[in-house]
This record gives sequence, structure tokens and C-alpha cells, in this order.
Amino acid sequence: MVQSTASASETIIEIVGLHKWFGDFHVLKDINLQVNRGERIVICGPSGSGKSTLIRCINRLEEHQRGKIVVDNIELTKDIKNIEKIRTEVGMVFQHFNLFPHLTILENLTLGPIWVRKTARAEAEEIAMYYLEKVHIAEQAHKYPGQLSGGQQQRVAIARSLCMKPKVMLFDEPTSALDPEMVKEVLDVMIDLAQEGMTMLVVSHEMGFARSVAHRVLFMDYGQILEQNSPEEFFNNPGHDRSKLFLSQILH
Amino acid sequence: MEKSAETVGSVDLKPPASDVGALGWIKTNLFNTPFNSFLTLLILLCLYKTVPPFIKWAFLGGVWFTNGAQCKVAEGACWSVVTQNLRFILFGFYPYEQQWRPAVAIVLLIGFLLYSRERRHWNRKLLVAWPLGLAVMGFIMRGGIFGLPVVETTKWSGIILTLLLAIFGLTAAYPLGVLLALGRRSQLPAIKMLSVIYIELIRGVPLISLLFMASVMFPLFLPEGITVDKILRAQVAIILFTAAYIAEVVRGGLQAIPKGQYEAAESLGLDYYQKMRLIILPQALKIVIPPTVSILISAFKDTSLVVIIGLFDLLKTTQVTLSNPEWMGFSAEAYLFISLVYFAGCFSMSNFSRRLEDELRT
Repeated sequence: MVQSTASASETIIEIVGLHKWFGDFHVLKDINLQVNRGERIVICGPSGSGKSTLIRCINRLEEHQRGKIVVDNIELTKDIKNIEKIRTEVGMVFQHFNLFPHLTILENLTLGPIWVRKTARAEAEEIAMYYLEKVHIAEQAHKYPGQLSGGQQQRVAIARSLCMKPKVMLFDEPTSALDPEMVKEVLDVMIDLAQEGMTMLVVSHEMGFARSVAHRVLFMDYGQILEQNSPEEFFNNPGHDRSKLFLSQILH
Repeated sequence: MEKSAETVGSVDLKPPASDVGALGWIKTNLFNTPFNSFLTLLILLCLYKTVPPFIKWAFLGGVWFTNGAQCKVAEGACWSVVTQNLRFILFGFYPYEQQWRPAVAIVLLIGFLLYSRERRHWNRKLLVAWPLGLAVMGFIMRGGIFGLPVVETTKWSGIILTLLLAIFGLTAAYPLGVLLALGRRSQLPAIKMLSVIYIELIRGVPLISLLFMASVMFPLFLPEGITVDKILRAQVAIILFTAAYIAEVVRGGLQAIPKGQYEAAESLGLDYYQKMRLIILPQALKIVIPPTVSILISAFKDTSLVVIIGLFDLLKTTQVTLSNPEWMGFSAEAYLFISLVYFAGCFSMSNFSRRLEDELRT
């Protein structure tokens, strides 16, 4: 169990009246969400519920049509400079890792610091090795992503985001593309991260992880947040019929 | 070997003699099925019918350093048509006593190319050295400094012209093609539309008509008194033409890069140029090395089309030689020779690209 609590006051992400459509399809309907610094949120829900789209809106991989998203006091608008600034502060971990296959692990990690943060190469490599050790994979630094297992690749992907020293980390189903025996090594890294007080938004069906790490669980369906609750309440006493059904399906 | 096999309990037997060595190889590769045996025999027959007569014609009965009259009575090939006219075939109308200059330029060029083959030599210095080197070659050829007499570009012909058109054509067309490919996938409608129009228009006409336009129509639009060098006009036509094809190949490579690569690059905060230069293009261009090299090779050979606008490239100087009554009728030998020259160029390009692919494999 992770006991550290969020510093309640400081808001880092604020989403107000967010709407998004894919063509005619209304994926996100009037989303309102406030995330405090240091808070850890797990978002779950059936596929197609809009949960991935929601976190992808936060770093503008998807553009929203209505509403307001403010990250670290910067509002996401069409201004590309603002978008790039927010992206440097928000790390993202993808379901399929998306490491750069033509670069070594070390180069994957130093790319952002060198080109975006303008860090000197030697320093960037030092930072990279620090985080590689943190995800227990330092010995692979000079290999290419294709030579690593899925679990190792995902840990590298987490380290790559951390090298940018982000204020928020977004995880988009980080363990769903992994073989079962590799899920734990990735979750362990995420739990370590949680213990250090990182602000995290995690789209995941790992209910054990949600139970032990999350401050809040969000349940989404039909593009809406149907329920927000503490993990304790959400798992023992779900408040919405859809959440009950969903939980009964995934927990058997 | 045998002894160790005996000492260990399980005995390693050697495979049957018919499966190893030269005999085994022949059996498994040439006579493994009745149909393959038939094909093998057929090909052997064809080789028997063609190779010995060719050797007899080309080497045993061939003459190498005679004049045209002696050639006519020779039994085999008349290689003299090449050896006696070599300087004209290679350098064309470049003044005879000055032909050491293009020779020096070509040696320089080959030196540069050989040095640049090695990827470990690629650095900033080499990048600066190339334009400098090309400028030096240009000065050697053109003259006008250090007491070298001026030789106008209208006199540049033969292999010099072929190499000039090829080197500048290919090196300029490649980056232009990449830009066009990026333009065609741009989210800015104006840039996208311009790229599409350019690519489709250029691909829709034969190179020959572009060359005609460059040599005949283009000067009509220039104000009186202003002329643009004829070689330069042909050069530009070749560049524009090749770039359109490169663009489409590179676009294919860009489309093969998964969306996740774009998203990962963006979510690190890289801007468009960094994303393209560091993440997308290195992967996309690597994928399309084989088709790109095909285009470059065919562009190299297509430089010979400039004969139709009256430029004297390697092919044309050869034809001129053959129209000399003394050497008439020996076109097979002469064309074989320039085929060899073209082949050497094309084969080294494809060889280089194969090596590059191996080295870039990750």
C-alpha cells in the first residue's frame, strides 16, 4: 500500500466542459476533472468509453472541440508553442511502447533532454543512466529496442518520459500489450514512481494496482465520467449500475 | 576427428560422401529433381553455344590497336574503335591538348566517391569538402585562373558531361524529392496542393519532353540578351524530373512509419523539424533505400537522353565516332564499351546501397 497523500490544494490539471467528436461520433461529453499535484488517478471503463481519448487530449495528441484544458497554468489552444511547452511537462507512456527503433536505448532517453531541454550530452547521458538504473535496466543501455522484451521496452519507455523531468505522467494502458509474466515488472516501476509523489493519470484495467496506488478511481462509459470514488468505495460499494456491471465482468 | 567420435559414446557418423563437397553441392543444387536436371543441361548447352564463340570473337580473333582498314580484315572484334578514339569518346570536343584537365577532375571525383563510401568518414568536414571539391573540379575544367585557358561549357562533352549531369542531378534531386514528399503530407493545404500538382505534372510527362521544353521553349520566355547555359537547363530538367519520382518513393516510406512514432516524438515535445529529422526521416529513408537507388540508377542512365537536345554526352560522342567512315560498322564493340562504363557506374551504386542497408540494420 502506498500511503503518501496528495497536497490537496494545488491544481495541476483542470478540465472544464470538455467535448470531443470523431466525425459525428461524440466521444467525450462534458468532462470536468481537476487533478491536484501529486494525485494519482486510475481511469477504467469498457473499451470505446473514451478513457484513452481523454488522457490523449491532455497532451494534445487529440484535439478537443469544446471546453477548456489547463495544464500547469497553461491553457491548451491552437498555439503550437503552448502545446510543445505542455508536452515537455507531461510524460506519456503508450500501450505499444513506441520506442524509436533506430536509436539505442540510451539515445532514446537522451533525445528529449538534448533537443528539447537543450541539456549537454554528457549530462543528458548521466540523467538517462540514472533513470535506467531506476527501472532496473541499465545494462541494456547500448542495445536497440528490438533486442528487448516487451516488459523491458515498456520500462525503457517510462524512463524515457522521466528523463524529461515531467510534472505529470500519463499512462495509456501500459500493461495491456504485455505478456502476463511481464506485467508485474512494469507495475512495480509504476508503484515506485507513485511512492515518489509523481502525479499520475493511468488508464488501466489493473485493479490491484488501482486499489493499492490510486487516490481516486474514475469510471467512464459512453464518453462520460459516470463515477469518481476512492478505490475503497469504488471496489466495495460501486455507486453506478454500469460500474457494478463492469466490475463484475472484469473481476469474475 | 575420427578418434574423438570413437571415444564419446554416441558415434557421430560422417554424412554420405554424395551429400558433401563439390559433388554433394552439384547434386543438391543442380540435379535435385528431374526438371532441374533438365534445366541444368539446357543451360549448359546454351553456354556451350554462346561462350566459346564470344571468346573467340572478342579475344582470340580481336584486334586492339590497329587502324580502321586493318580492322576490316580482322576475324574478330575490332577493339581499336575504342582504343584509337578513346580520348574523343571520353572527352569529346574538349580541346585536345587540354584534356588532362577533365582527366584530373575525374580522378578527383572518383577519389571523393571512394572516400565517401565509408560511413565512418561521414562528418561535417566531408560535408564541407564536397562542395569545395566540386568547385575545384569546376575551376579546373572551366579554366580562366592560374593561367589555364578558358574552356566554355559548350565544349564540355563525353563522359565529363555524363558525370556532371549525373552527380548534380542525383544529389540535387534527392533532397528536393524528400522536401516534396514532406510537402505532400503537410497539413498546410497550400503546401500540400503545390506538392501534389508539381509531382503529378512532372510525372505525367516524359523526360524527353521536359528536355525539349528546357532547350527550346524556356529560352523563348527569357528577355532578349539573357541566355541560360544549355547544360544548366538540361540539368535542371533532370533534377525536376527525378525529384518527382523520389518524392513518391519517400512518401511511401513515410506512410510505413507507425503513427505511434509520430506520437512518441510529439509527446516528448519535439517540434516538427526535430520530429522529422531525428525520428521519422531516418526510419522512412532507410526503408526506401532499394527503390530510391533504382530511381537514381535509372536517372543516371537517363542522362543519355540529352543527345536529343544536341548535347554531346558519352553516348553521343560514341555515335559521332561511329559515323566516321574509317570506323563505320564497329558499333557492337563501341556500344559494348560504353555499356561497361554505364554498368560500372550503376553497379557501384547498387553495391553501395546494399552495404548501406546492411550497416543501418538495427
